[in-house]
Amino acid sequence: MPSLKDLRVRIRSVKSTQKITAAMKMVAASRLRRAQEQAEAARPYAQRMDRMLSSLAGKLAGMPGAPPLLAGTGKDTVHLLVVATSDRGLAGGFNGTILREARRNIRELQAAGKTVKILTIGRKGRDSLRRDYAKLIGDSLTEVGRKRLAFVEAKEIADKILAMYQAGSFDVCTIVYNRFKSAISQIVTLQQLIPFAPPASTPETAAGTGVYEFEPSEEEILTALLPSNLAVQIFTALLENGASEQGARMTAMDNATRNAGEMIDRLTINYNRTRQAVITKELIEIISGAEAL
Amino acid sequence: MADKVQFELVSPEKLLLSEAVDMVVVPGADGNFGVLPGHSLLISTVRPGVIDVYEGNQISEQIFVSGGFAEVTPERCTVLADEAMPLSALDSATVEAEMRNLEAALANLRERSGRLSGDEREAVLTELRATESKLDVGQAKLAALRTTTAH
Repeated sequence: MPSLKDLRVRIRSVKSTQKITAAMKMVAASRLRRAQEQAEAARPYAQRMDRMLSSLAGKLAGMPGAPPLLAGTGKDTVHLLVVATSDRGLAGGFNGTILREARRNIRELQAAGKTVKILTIGRKGRDSLRRDYAKLIGDSLTEVGRKRLAFVEAKEIADKILAMYQAGSFDVCTIVYNRFKSAISQIVTLQQLIPFAPPASTPETAAGTGVYEFEPSEEEILTALLPSNLAVQIFTALLENGASEQGARMTAMDNATRNAGEMIDRLTINYNRTRQAVITKELIEIISGAEAL
Repeated sequence: MADKVQFELVSPEKLLLSEAVDMVVVPGADGNFGVLPGHSLLISTVRPGVIDVYEGNQISEQIFVSGGFAEVTPERCTVLADEAMPLSALDSATVEAEMRNLEAALANLRERSGRLSGDEREAVLTELRATESKLDVGQAKLAALRTTTAH
């Protein structure tokens, strides 16, 4: 049986934990709103780029001499897996789900006899994957989009990946991230970046595109468009990931706050009972002492 | 509205401008092209330069873009810009200072690329190319500023 003092100390400590989790929830909620706005604002560019690309890529995909970013290297022996996680923890299952999917994917590829290389974005992914796959991690980036994710940062990552691709150090590049659905649910997504997989053209877009003129030439535009598209895709993925992180953290902290509240209630009941028991015991002692006289 | 073009200027981070205008002149890779309503379907790359937006016969807005892509349909003109800013936000003194810094950096990189070899040289060369393209953008800025002051 814990003493009254022990209980008081525990109640106080749970209360201060609850204050912290409640504050973190508020911070995550406001960051989530900002992240969502940013993701919303970035959507038009990605959509239009997609539209342009699908009208171009559909035309050129089958042709010989298509840029390697579209056609691939012709092999798929070396896979580069870009694992996008957060820098900070306390975000519920956010990093866990991404890493589980990444591990599953790595095992699957290795079982199929492929070579896997890893590029991690975010401290949590690096720290966790380093334990099992230290030799596979080629590069790891942290502090990406710490304040506010800028397109330049996504572009730098894209340039890095492109340089690796041009040097022939991998054949297929895939990114793992959490797609934002709502504050409560985020969906782990594996998305192939290289070779570029055009979204299956719906009959509507195919009919609407008609015949475009190209200036200077189709090939030249495509060679300029594909690297930008890579940067845009990474940017979009990172934005989604950022929103998911804040959403997951908000939900996790909300739960933590509620659990702390329940714990405080339980401890308070316990405390009051103990206090009463102590009083009763003292009374009994006094009364039986008086009766004994 | 058949007599207007829906002009959209988008940067990766947000939709900068979306309005119905009479005509847009876009600096395409093979020369400037004007977009009037009913223009044929066209996709073009955009070189660093100035986009002129026309209301009636007057230029209502001038926007500097550092490169990107343009998609034209009979009703719409969409410019995907890498970077965009109103021309009035530029001033030649800052641009010139920026250019001087870039040139100094370029000279330094050229000198280093001569000494190094292997991977390090590759890294320096990549940086060199990036600086050169920045310099091109700067030159385009200056050219744009000269033409507007000459008006």
